Amino acid sequence: MPVYRSIRELDWPLLIVTLALCTLGVLQIYSATLGTRWQDAWWKQIVWVVTGIAMMWVIASVDYHSLLGARVIYLYIASLVLLVITGFAGNKVFGSTRWIKIAGFTLQTSEFVKIVLILLMAKSLTDLKTEELNWKDLAKLAGFVAVPMALVMKEPDLGTALTYIPILICGVLMAGMRWKYILVITGILMVSLPIGYHFLKPYQKDRLVSFIYPDRDPKGTGFQVIQSRIAVGNGGMWGRGAKESSQTHLGFLPVPHTDFIFSSFAEEHGFVGIVVALVLYFLLIMQVVQNAQTATDRAGLYICMGVAALLLFHVLVNVGMVVGRMPITGIPLPLMSSGGSNTWSIFLMLGLVNSVRLRRFVN
Amino acid sequence: MAVTENDHRQADEVLPERFSRDASKALSGKIAIFQYLTVAVFVFLVSAFWKLQVQNPDVYSEAAERNRIKSTPILAPRGKILDRDGRVIVDNKASYSLLLNRDQIKPEHLPAIAEALQLDYGELAGKIHRMGANPQIIIKDQVSRDDIAWIESHRDLDTYPEMQLIQAWRRQYPQDGLAAHVMGYVGEISESELNSPQFLDYHQGDIIGKDGLERQYDQTLRGEDGQQRVLVDNMGHEREMENAQDAVPGKDLRTTLDLDLQAVAELAMEGKRGAVVALDPRSGEVLAMVSRPSYDPNKFTGRISKNDWNEIANDPYKPLMDRAIQAELAPGSTFKPFTALAGLETGVIDDKTEFHCPGGASFYGHYFACWRQKQGGHGKISLHRGIAQSCDVYFYNVANRLGIDRLAQYAELAGFGHKTGIDLPNERESTMPSTKWKMRMFRQKWYAGETISVGIGQGAITVSPLQLAAAEGGLAVGGNWYQPHLVKTPSPKLLRAGHLNSQNVQDVIYGMYGVVNEGGTGRFAALPGIKVCGKTGTAQLASNQLLKGTKLGQTMKDNAWFVGFAPEEAPEIVVVALFENGEHGDRASWIVRDVLKAYFDKKAREAKAPWQSARIQPFVPRELFNPPAPEVQQ
Repeated sequence: MPVYRSIRELDWPLLIVTLALCTLGVLQIYSATLGTRWQDAWWKQIVWVVTGIAMMWVIASVDYHSLLGARVIYLYIASLVLLVITGFAGNKVFGSTRWIKIAGFTLQTSEFVKIVLILLMAKSLTDLKTEELNWKDLAKLAGFVAVPMALVMKEPDLGTALTYIPILICGVLMAGMRWKYILVITGILMVSLPIGYHFLKPYQKDRLVSFIYPDRDPKGTGFQVIQSRIAVGNGGMWGRGAKESSQTHLGFLPVPHTDFIFSSFAEEHGFVGIVVALVLYFLLIMQVVQNAQTATDRAGLYICMGVAALLLFHVLVNVGMVVGRMPITGIPLPLMSSGGSNTWSIFLMLGLVNSVRLRRFVN
Repeated sequence: MAVTENDHRQADEVLPERFSRDASKALSGKIAIFQYLTVAVFVFLVSAFWKLQVQNPDVYSEAAERNRIKSTPILAPRGKILDRDGRVIVDNKASYSLLLNRDQIKPEHLPAIAEALQLDYGELAGKIHRMGANPQIIIKDQVSRDDIAWIESHRDLDTYPEMQLIQAWRRQYPQDGLAAHVMGYVGEISESELNSPQFLDYHQGDIIGKDGLERQYDQTLRGEDGQQRVLVDNMGHEREMENAQDAVPGKDLRTTLDLDLQAVAELAMEGKRGAVVALDPRSGEVLAMVSRPSYDPNKFTGRISKNDWNEIANDPYKPLMDRAIQAELAPGSTFKPFTALAGLETGVIDDKTEFHCPGGASFYGHYFACWRQKQGGHGKISLHRGIAQSCDVYFYNVANRLGIDRLAQYAELAGFGHKTGIDLPNERESTMPSTKWKMRMFRQKWYAGETISVGIGQGAITVSPLQLAAAEGGLAVGGNWYQPHLVKTPSPKLLRAGHLNSQNVQDVIYGMYGVVNEGGTGRFAALPGIKVCGKTGTAQLASNQLLKGTKLGQTMKDNAWFVGFAPEEAPEIVVVALFENGEHGDRASWIVRDVLKAYFDKKAREAKAPWQSARIQPFVPRELFNPPAPEVQQ
């Protein structure tokens, strides 16, 4: 096995789509934050992206198999410890303790846990060496995901905690499960969801209610839903043009450079811009899936599908929230939303995908 | 980081486990399902955007517009009302009004707002309900300094963001009710006014003229409100402002009133009830018009409080009534010149005709007394002395010879029996009896005996002070009756030309000269150096017969009239004073004298120093123009 792999072996279409999305993101951050207190977020984002690419390159050059041994267990335990530390010593922002200071960077630990979970899922599923999971296996896998999820929900950060679920579901379904199991689990979820509603925090209940009835309290919790929808609608077919969007620039949109960046993008670039961006996301996910198809082994396939599922979930929930088709959960849009942890974690995942790709012609 | 040999070795130990053919097939099927799912998700998302952005973009762009643009009215100042020399009678003062933005109103805020601003909660809630269509509702005018402080500290997003202060104009009228009835007042347009076709262009909440000149010339005085568009951010902070539409101020109204004369007349009437009207008989221009008791129109500007309204509306002396155009009273002896004129013109008497006055006379079986009955009458009396001494018997005889219809013909020529048509609202019709009138009103024939008292201005005849002034003024200038008016017109409008025999007119005027200057009943109206003519009138109240014997009837004294004009050779001014319950005409003559004196004094002053006339401050005593209350600092 050659030590050095050519740069030409990288997944260039994936990289180009990624960079295109990052460029849209940086431009939109610049436009949306101009004249606000976040107005230097755009060049910070450039720094995140550039360092993210470097990380991706590093991870790509690491054989993913080397990460799937005992190391993933250490990583998993380390993540749990970090999450606990975050809970005790983290920085409180917007009433939630999600961030921790490491070497001068303020990082959102829960973002990096995703990668560990993807690796752990890949390892566990390959270790099982079976085509059909039994209850014991399922319980074990669900337990792996449930522990960090519980810690993250405690922060509280429901949105990020929810992003762990598609990793589990995708892994389990890929590994193989009896239809009977799927039906039973679906049944249990249907029953337990209304009960789970009672355990939500009041603001989370409000968000759900205002998602379903945004006009009930237009100045209160429904505000974000309504304003985002107005922003999107205001964009029309061709958009209002960069920096011309009233919803974004007069502050009616909540956080127009992070969670609601797609609202302000939609307002400024209209339906045409939206289609371009969504096509890019579609290509991104399809390219990741293509890497799953060409992976030499199950571990590689599980990693790629885990990343693809996570990306799809992020896009669905974030963009769905922007158009009022999903409740407000506060998860960022991959590659476009401003923020270091999320950008880095996405690039790390894409690094894993590239690592899988680079090793598809083993022997 | 470089990939080391060690890493590879370790990796080889863990894996790889190759795909079996079957497993690979099953997996590619699952991947295909994931791909279909991805397509479905993206179709779902794109369709959602399509629905919002392409299918109905107007809904949302309008919503975005409403979000960011707040339009507030720029209230246009009403035109000022000026006197004939351009001095300001009614002015505007900058003030602040509080409005509520409808889309931010929360019903639970209203009680607190009402309490803090001393408003009646029920009224406030009713008003907000009533003005359903207005995006903004003005709820308080002339906001005080304390209120402004309270509003400014409570209009943030978390308390009462619906409150907004705007610059407004408060109408400022003279104090103590000077010219109050002529000026009228402004107020919020009422529901019934809104429903009438006359107010088609008006909107709920508009301030309009309610009475007087304010109402008559509302179209001229009112400006056109502008609109200011303010760009607001999500915190309600104002980012940019643009005047979408500038306010067009109302036009000033130049009246024919002379503030000097008005002030003198007001002072002369202080503490009395009645009216004074001064006209220029050559053009019909009204120089002064007073009605007392008066009221303070400043209390009416905008939204009057209930207490103030009740106090004014329930006053038994009816201060709201403009006696100058609405009093309908018997003219009494001031009518005698017209009886004399009719007699001369029809030839039933001439200037030599004499009658004997023993203190009364009988006609048609009734005895009619002369006012000098107790002193034994006037004896043998001529036309000139008949007018000068106001002999009732003389005019009984003239009226008897004339008959009611010929008397009415000349009275109506002078303007009795119909409105003068002055440019004020709510003028009342007066009565000049005639056979036709009686048939129309009572379906009865006229009895000749009824003519006798009409001849001395009693009986069914009624007149308003303005009408009497117009009638006497027209007579004074030789029988040409001009349209009385309050706002300057390019040329006077001649209503009726009498084509009278000028000798007859001269005889009557000479008689009126005697009233003042030959020891007649109006001697108190005499002015040195100016030939004042006049006529007293002591009119029994129209309803006196009914009230006789009652307690009220005894307290109701006769009304005193005096009409005077000057100078005799070329009359420039005619003044009528009505002093209600003044008992005798000579008590009204002092009022007329004051006004006439003020007129001629001013004329002399201006003749002496014409360059000063423009700069002369109005002679208005302190009591009438109190210094206005201190204004709120901007």
